[in-house]
Amino acid sequence: MAPDLLKFFRGSAAQPQTAPSAGSKGGVRTQRSSSGLKEFSKSIGPESPKVVLDLGPTSPTNLMRLTGMGHKVYNEDLLMASLDTRYQVKGSDGRLELSPAEFFKDSLVFEEGALDAVLAWDLPDYLPEPLVKPMVDRLHRALKPGGVLLGFFHTREAGPEAPYHRYHITGGETLDVQVMERFKLARVFNNRHIENLFHDFKSVKFFLARDYFREVLVVR
Amino acid sequence: MWKSTPGTETKPSTTPNTAPVMSTTPPPRPSIEPVRSKEFASEMAHIGKSVLIRGELSGSEDLYLDGEVEGNIALLEHNLIIGPNGRIRANVTAKDVVVHGKVEGNIQGHERVELKKSAVLNGDISTQRIVIEDGAFFKGAIDIRKEAKSEPKREMAAAAGYSGSSSSSGSAMSAQRSLVETKFEPKG
Repeated sequence: MAPDLLKFFRGSAAQPQTAPSAGSKGGVRTQRSSSGLKEFSKSIGPESPKVVLDLGPTSPTNLMRLTGMGHKVYNEDLLMASLDTRYQVKGSDGRLELSPAEFFKDSLVFEEGALDAVLAWDLPDYLPEPLVKPMVDRLHRALKPGGVLLGFFHTREAGPEAPYHRYHITGGETLDVQVMERFKLARVFNNRHIENLFHDFKSVKFFLARDYFREVLVVR
Repeated sequence: MWKSTPGTETKPSTTPNTAPVMSTTPPPRPSIEPVRSKEFASEMAHIGKSVLIRGELSGSEDLYLDGEVEGNIALLEHNLIIGPNGRIRANVTAKDVVVHGKVEGNIQGHERVELKKSAVLNGDISTQRIVIEDGAFFKGAIDIRKEAKSEPKREMAAAAGYSGSSSSSGSAMSAQRSLVETKFEPKG
């Protein structure tokens, strides 16, 4: 009852603005506007080629759009990679557990200052706990000074069943959001947590949406 | 009187000739036809799924590769299709490259690279044009090398993408508001 009621009050930003369409990988797509993406798009600009890292599942829409603007694009699906058993080691209790050291031998291997921009989407809300802070530290190192990172963070009202999404950039400030059923929300950051997470960065700018998201643009 | 009429043409003799007769049409390969692009429909060399090659694979004709290769593949001015059973651990250089299978290595397509929905690529792509189907898995970098002729078009397309998006900024901004900007002292 309560979740239905909350859904009802979510507001216009969460409402589908176009007819949903089924993709071949994942569920229906709905369109949403994104002030964070607008700022991100301004930051990377079309004036000169940039190096952009997309940390979401492979999105042809994003890759085609960004390369079409002349940018060099990296894609790493860290969440999917975290399921790889190669990165598991036996813990002190004999059980297999994810090893950040093993994981980052193959992931986010960039030279210092190699990236101009990172699309982190809502990855920190779903990534296994041991990987979150090391991931942010590595991104901090890989980003150039002045480089930007776009992240989405659920609010507590989203609830534990908030679905994982793929994000497809369809415009300078519009996204197609596609539900993926494979992953469950691992945690919810409050604003203080987010500021602490990006403590080493120059600035953190929040954008509140009406659909249980805080969009965050972080500047290195 | 001596002209042949339909239905009465003389058929090739079945008696042995001094030189062997070779058909110009390849034998049918029904299992691979569905994944072949129309543009590659002409005759091409074929490596089947049971073949394993270690080392340098080079050639001067189009190639359909459904087997396993470890090493390097260099077709230079010719096309390569990696079939759904293809397992490649190699750097690949060809004119057009179409991937249905798995590749671990860098792909350099002089003109075009296409990742089909079943493709799994761990490596970088360098090409002039790229096509990626939804469902393809890709980990690596895409570097689009500029075509000299299409340079003005690309710039116009990029500008159009931004101008088009900015036209709807009013409605987008109405749904959200900037809350707060927190600044820290830079540490590195």
